[in-house]
Amino acid sequence: MTSPKELRAQGATPMVEMNDISIAFGGVKAVDKVSVDLHPGEVVGLLGHNGAGKSTLIKVLSGAYQMDSGEIRINGNKVEITNPRDARTHNIETIYQTLALADNLDAASNLFLGREITTPFGLVNDAAMEAECRKIMGGLNPNFRKFSEPVSALSGGQRQSVAIARAVYFNAKILIMDEPTAALGPHETQMVAELIQQLKAQGIGIFLIDHDVHAVMELCDRASVMKNGQLVGTVDIDDVTDDDLLSMIILGKKPEAAAA
Amino acid sequence: MTETTSQPIPEQQKRGLFQQLELDMRLLGMIGAFVILCIGFNILTDGRFLTPRNIFNLTIQTVSVAIMATGMVFVIVTRHIDLSVGALLATCSAVMAMTQTELLPHVLGLGLNHPVTWAVTIVVGLAAGTLIGAFHGWMVGYLTIPAFIVTLGGLLVWRNVAWYMTDGQTIGPLDKTFMMFGGINGTMGTTWSWIIGLVAAALAVAAILNGRRAKLAHEFPVKPIWAETVICGLTAGSILGFVWILNSYQIPARRLKRMMEAQGETMPEGLVVGYGLPISVLILIGVAVVMTIVAQRTRLGRYIFATGGNPDAAELSGINTRMLTVKIFALMGFLCALSAVVASARLANHSNDIGTLDELRVIAAAVIGGTALSGGIGTIYGAILGALIMQSLHSGMAMVGVDAPFQNIVVGTVLVAAVWIDIVYRKRLGAK
Ligand SMILES: Nc1ncnc2c1ncn2[C@@H]1O[C@H](COP(=O)(O)OP(=O)(O)O)[C@@H](O)[C@H]1O
Ligand SMILES: [Mg+2]
Repeated sequence: MTSPKELRAQGATPMVEMNDISIAFGGVKAVDKVSVDLHPGEVVGLLGHNGAGKSTLIKVLSGAYQMDSGEIRINGNKVEITNPRDARTHNIETIYQTLALADNLDAASNLFLGREITTPFGLVNDAAMEAECRKIMGGLNPNFRKFSEPVSALSGGQRQSVAIARAVYFNAKILIMDEPTAALGPHETQMVAELIQQLKAQGIGIFLIDHDVHAVMELCDRASVMKNGQLVGTVDIDDVTDDDLLSMIILGKKPEAAAA
Repeated sequence: MTETTSQPIPEQQKRGLFQQLELDMRLLGMIGAFVILCIGFNILTDGRFLTPRNIFNLTIQTVSVAIMATGMVFVIVTRHIDLSVGALLATCSAVMAMTQTELLPHVLGLGLNHPVTWAVTIVVGLAAGTLIGAFHGWMVGYLTIPAFIVTLGGLLVWRNVAWYMTDGQTIGPLDKTFMMFGGINGTMGTTWSWIIGLVAAALAVAAILNGRRAKLAHEFPVKPIWAETVICGLTAGSILGFVWILNSYQIPARRLKRMMEAQGETMPEGLVVGYGLPISVLILIGVAVVMTIVAQRTRLGRYIFATGGNPDAAELSGINTRMLTVKIFALMGFLCALSAVVASARLANHSNDIGTLDELRVIAAAVIGGTALSGGIGTIYGAILGALIMQSLHSGMAMVGVDAPFQNIVVGTVLVAAVWIDIVYRKRLGAK
């Protein structure tokens, strides 16, 4: 398979292009003319302080927010994403920073929420969904046992596993991960890192929001840094050091050497 | 991730006999409270409370509030409230009263007891209730006006629309067939009641066994056979016991004689005939079954509970929560209209104050039945049991001779206490 770097060098059409995206909340420009793109099998890190606008930017792609201006292209075609259902039809799956779980439902109901498996009579098939849920959780978090309890009874890490499972189960082509390891311990964080490598190898494109610069250096192909709603710049990870990324985040300036 | 080995299911630990039954402790607690209540009143009334006659009356008095309480569960589960159900019931009742006494006889030329009158009337009433409910839901969901305000306004509006439509007059008598939906004027008789009871018991047992089969098919843990047998026995036993009690309430000899004379027959000496299941109770049972299936086995129900648990999560999962709100309130309106059929048929007329304060009874029934106002939690059977407990308290106290003001003081106290006990119980369980 052609690597994402070669694809970019060939000038191939990205699977996702977000061009000049702007969105304001009551006068505050949360995202201001930001452009990012993503190739198959590529992991693009989104970095920046709290409040930089990272979550808002990706929520435009996942259909949670409506942009004020800008355009989204999927495989070169301009698309309208006006709600989360639209995003799902483009095989865009999202792990939200807030996890977006219904606390009163069990893991399987959350995993299949909005896409339930039904019986021939159109009734929800809880047994089949639980069986699928057991399978996928077995691969993701083998210690997971609480299948019949509401997710409010789970630990932060277990809840995060459910949110991750939901995003990867439905054959995502484009995956958005907003601080997916925030609630995880070191071991589970390592498992998510391995998962990202696997998904990447399958040709899935991933936007990864993470505060850990080392993790970004390890997992990502490129990184886009945001500050105060604006894009500081996008760099190739191979061309920069940890310190370069940190200074981009803190100073909001792109290092001279690295141009991507 | 690509690995799809099934996870080993933990060995079922040795547990107490009682735990193996996997009974719902909340339900058990409520049934326990209800049984204690009934026995207490029975002692205080020297055995008058638990007679077939009183149980029959209690049941038909509960139906109207219980039907609406099942809909209120969905409303409250999604963090809304409906203060207009009593007023909406009045409007639906007025619409149906005017349809059968004015509209059909004078405009279409169908008489009051014409064979299609009752059916047309009910269809018109149900349509009116559903439309008004949907309108409330549209204002809540799409205009984002809080449900409290929409339905508080609705309470004033619909109570007085009903008044305006009828000039505040009591409208009656109503159609003979229509009045069969009220309770004592329409019962199935003993034979049919037994047949219905047997079929219901068989269906209930089949449903339990079916659930077990589905679990076994996926190799999930199931209850031991003996526990399953006990549950089946208890279920079938309660259904048939209920039929037996209602069947043992006999039609008084004088009334029976009049009924037979009306049909041109003479009553043989010593004939005893039981009432059997009232049609209104069958309607409630049908509503309970359908609403339970909706809550637990349909996407609609799943979305209702998901939205109640976390509205943002539901929205982000692609659920159209606005349309969902419209559907929930439309369903509530439909159930108000159904209750209006039962309530006005039971009274044999439409009166201007029909359904007054029902909104409070309905909300209290749902809440006593374990529906949490914070959303996401509630059961249909709980709400029906809640309605039954409230009605038992009222009629029990009336039979004991408790003064009216004290009756309401007690019911109000019970409401608050029940919710408090529920909060303590949930904290013990560690859930929120
Ligand atoms: N729904 C919203 N309403 C109002 N302001 C918002 C909303 N969502 C985000 N913001 C604002 O947009 C800015 C960017 O937030 P966010 O995208 O969450 O940042 P990040 O994810 O980079 O920490 C912040 O100032 C935040 O307060
Ligand atoms: Mg964020």
